[in-house]
Amino acid sequence: MPWFRKKRPQFENVPAEERRVKTEGIFVKCLECDAALFKPDLEESLQVCQNCGYHFRLDAHTRLSFLYDDGAYEELDEEVISVDPLEFVDSKPYPDRLKQAQDVSGLPEAVVNARGRVGGHLVYAAAMDMLFIGGSMGSAVGEKVTRLIERAINDRAAVIIFAASGGARMQEGALSLMQMAKISAALAQLDEARLPFISVLTDPTTGGVTASFAMLGDVIIAEPKALIGFAGPRVIEQTIRQKLPKDFQRSEFLLEHGMIDAIVDRREMRDYIIKLLNFMMNPDLNRAPETEMSMKASK
Amino acid sequence: MAEKENNEQNVEPFDQEKGNRTAFERVQLARHPERPYTLDLVERLFEDFQEVHGDRRFAEDPAIVCGFARFHGLPVAIVGHQKGRDTKQRKIRNFGMPKPEGYRKALRVMKLAEKFGRPVFSFIDTPGAYPGIDAEERGQAEAIAFNLREMVKLRVPVIVTVIGEGGSGGALAIGVGDQVLMLENAIYSVISPEGCAAILWKDAQQADRAADSLRLTAEDLLRLNLIDATVEEPDGGAHKGHDETAQLLDVVLSQRLAEAVSQTAGFRMRRRYERLREYGRWGVAPSSARDE
Repeated sequence: MPWFRKKRPQFENVPAEERRVKTEGIFVKCLECDAALFKPDLEESLQVCQNCGYHFRLDAHTRLSFLYDDGAYEELDEEVISVDPLEFVDSKPYPDRLKQAQDVSGLPEAVVNARGRVGGHLVYAAAMDMLFIGGSMGSAVGEKVTRLIERAINDRAAVIIFAASGGARMQEGALSLMQMAKISAALAQLDEARLPFISVLTDPTTGGVTASFAMLGDVIIAEPKALIGFAGPRVIEQTIRQKLPKDFQRSEFLLEHGMIDAIVDRREMRDYIIKLLNFMMNPDLNRAPETEMSMKASK
Repeated sequence: MAEKENNEQNVEPFDQEKGNRTAFERVQLARHPERPYTLDLVERLFEDFQEVHGDRRFAEDPAIVCGFARFHGLPVAIVGHQKGRDTKQRKIRNFGMPKPEGYRKALRVMKLAEKFGRPVFSFIDTPGAYPGIDAEERGQAEAIAFNLREMVKLRVPVIVTVIGEGGSGGALAIGVGDQVLMLENAIYSVISPEGCAAILWKDAQQADRAADSLRLTAEDLLRLNLIDATVEEPDGGAHKGHDETAQLLDVVLSQRLAEAVSQTAGFRMRRRYERLREYGRWGVAPSSARDE
């Protein structure tokens, strides 16, 4: 066969409906400014739109990986899960709802507990996940967060909680409600032990979660434009029978009204928290009060 | 350890009978317009009530009443939600829905009780914390949260009675104590039956169904180990006799107060924490019996 004889290239006729560049899964549309964002770029910027600064919601594990040194942490208390104490009657049985939430989120419960180092400090952190029944707080969430705080007291470590929740979980009735008191009681002990609690509010943080631990941080930080409130906007609209302004109950509104310490961009969050921890984690606190303060520089 | 942690095992089955009233009938009794409100009971249970006002920050909130009084001769502090009976009073009392200043006033008075070593009686009767723009602006969530944490730390006895509606966080915000009691027909819930029905079935008319599901009656709360005792009401409900209701409640309050006063502050506070610590029913996943 002559060496120059090229095999005829085999073009296949692509059907008209398939004649397009497949960008699906490569670009993501910003929910705020509609910009098409290249997925690897978006991951690089910690799921923040490079165009308008919109913060995409994060799953709990991604959230924790952004916090800890080298993204490394140990998960704790995974064995604590929800049961159906009320035999709750719903359009769907509660156990089925739980199963579905576990499948959708890939998590055993709506909060993930973790231990690891942040800027070298020992930190017990919890991150809530909206994909698990709207990040709602039932008995298991209450128990996990309480255990997290108790561990921190034992080990003289810091607590950081990333809130993302619609509030208390209806399907566990008053049991859910009482988790507000239970967690607040544990935080009272953390407070008396002079250990830090940094509360990070993310979109959305409402209801019983806001009205308990989320608002009890020594320092409370919010991501930009997160919805944060006690009553949801719809409930308020029904009560006052008026439309609410667009910026109502957003992070910026809370900052203006003196309810939070700062709004911090996710890309700055870890550094911001490390600086707070450097201030708050004072090894001299275990000593006698007169010698608590030293001029020793800490890192 | 594992057995103790899996507290799910303590659950007793729910009694479907609930006396002979449905859960929603209890809700209606708890909201009955002739039911004794906080001040109705205060005037019958206490002597020399002196009301004090204001949170020293922003405003007076008439949806919560606070003051000092004597209980069988012993000086005590009182905090409680207050509803109005006629249209004008309802408006003044904002239907018993407090704003942040109400919760802050209550905490201020409870701290005074602590300072002077006097017990606190709290009476709960609210549809919920007020969901309005001004309440949000002034930090409704923070006011509730702060009370929860600070009430845990109070060194004096705190005796809480749910006398009518225990409406979610707005009720709990003055509801952390050494003893939590509920009148027989009072309710305590994470959400109103109407609100629950609107979310689950998109139909507020299904409130009776939701009331059943939520397990919000006094017996339910006792069974779930969230309260310490229920208190009997006159035949037909508390609205049938304010005097009799107060007499029945007086017996229980006297006994519970005597018990709390006999304990040391340290013991009471440890027990208070342990009670809160037990709240909830959860399970332990079988697969992850992980070594720690």
